[in-house]
Amino acid sequence: MAKAFKETLNSGKFVVTSEIGPPKGTNLEKLIHHIDLLKDKVDALNVTDNQSSVMRFPSLGTCLLIKERGGEPILQMTCRDRNRMALEADLLFAYTRGIKNVLCLTGDFITIGDHKEARAVFDLDSLQLLHMVRILQSGKDLGGNELDGAVEFCAGATVTPEANPIEPQLIKFEKKVQAGAEFFQTQAIYDLDNFKKFMKYVRGLDKNIKILAGIVLLASAGMAKYMNENTPGVFVPQVLIDEMATAEKGKRVQKGIEIAGRLIRQIKEEAICDGVHIMAIGREEVVPDILAAGGL
Amino acid sequence: MIVAERKPLEDIREMIAGYKKILIVGCGTCVTICWAGGEKEVAVLSSQLRLASKKDGNELEILEATIERQCEKELVEALKDKVQQVEAVLSMGCGAGVQPIAEIFPDMPVYPALNTTFVGMPEGEGVWVETCRACGDCFLDKTGGICPIVRCAKGLLNGPCGGTNNGKCEIDSEKDCAWTLIYRRLEQQGRLDAMRKYYPPRNFQAVIRPGKVETLPA
Repeated sequence: MAKAFKETLNSGKFVVTSEIGPPKGTNLEKLIHHIDLLKDKVDALNVTDNQSSVMRFPSLGTCLLIKERGGEPILQMTCRDRNRMALEADLLFAYTRGIKNVLCLTGDFITIGDHKEARAVFDLDSLQLLHMVRILQSGKDLGGNELDGAVEFCAGATVTPEANPIEPQLIKFEKKVQAGAEFFQTQAIYDLDNFKKFMKYVRGLDKNIKILAGIVLLASAGMAKYMNENTPGVFVPQVLIDEMATAEKGKRVQKGIEIAGRLIRQIKEEAICDGVHIMAIGREEVVPDILAAGGL
Repeated sequence: MIVAERKPLEDIREMIAGYKKILIVGCGTCVTICWAGGEKEVAVLSSQLRLASKKDGNELEILEATIERQCEKELVEALKDKVQQVEAVLSMGCGAGVQPIAEIFPDMPVYPALNTTFVGMPEGEGVWVETCRACGDCFLDKTGGICPIVRCAKGLLNGPCGGTNNGKCEIDSEKDCAWTLIYRRLEQQGRLDAMRKYYPPRNFQAVIRPGKVETLPA
């Protein structure tokens, strides 16, 4: 049995989480392989929720699989596809099946995904979802009704340290802290000088806020440039793009692993934050290599 | 004001296929201002339809009329003489204009020539933007007069998502991030505390649809 994530967070160890992306369809072979590959190598596994607004096998179902196979799942929940009643019901179910961690997200907008004409729900936002978890925990629902049996979750949230402009993002971050977010997983970070400034601000706010730095595997110089131009809140410094460009074809992912490993090592050695959240985005297979490169 | 866009000519032709005499009704208020369904647009659509029908070897007779407001029954009733002469009516009003015509002339098929898009305002020459969702629970006091319900793609109440892209929205780099605008406005007014507050989930039933308001003149 995996250790409860809440305990890991409070143990003072360098926390390592990674991410599993469910398949489009019912063939779970690869998914189960990824779960088995990673479940004992990280402290917890996030499962994305219709990531990038692309319909997939559910986060909740995947979390159950992780649980069954002895891992510690973090249920990612977005507000895009379900109203407050559906979100509440899913949390009641998740709790009864031993899923004790939830990451509260707003969710990408519908039109970037593969059901472009679907109705976007957004009955709640990420902050209201976080509050909702706490309300369910108090034994009530969002309608103010008593629950026969409450929930208990280790609830986390996200923050984008490279957001531009940063001030409104930080105001929302502080609201998430006040709402009792127990951990934060950040958007991808590559520039550790910038990240250190962000962490200085966080530590000044409250020393107990747990921040896991988002590490996204670079697969090519092209991907890095693409993210700089198209992914909000992601900044890959030119030196890393140049470094990726030096890798020959066939060795680019290896170079990306090396860079990710280096970032992780520096974050850990300098105790910049409390841990890392590794996102290989479709390359779950190489997460063990990233962990090794990071000395974890 | 209500903003609308004309449907593609082919869609309109499909709706009125088979009729030999129709009435096109313009509206003199919102859709005149947004260049979608005023007197001029009625004349343009009329000639396009005539031309297209002629090309196909069909005769289409078209009457034209533009009234001040299609959403007022008294004004719509004045169309009676013309309506009696035709087989169908093509309304160039918004959806709230089409329906009174259909209600007052229940025997007459009434078709919409416009797609009603939103409640908004002009942003520049020929550009209109949505500014009000008619949610029934105005939030503008908390956001410096900039509505996040309608101007943020996700309608967020508690600040920006992670998709702010250099002050623009992640889903459309031409559109401003509403929360960047709100932040700047509140900062300018020294009212950032309003943004630091937690706002609970919206009451999506503030207006029970279809909405109905009963009131007396002041």
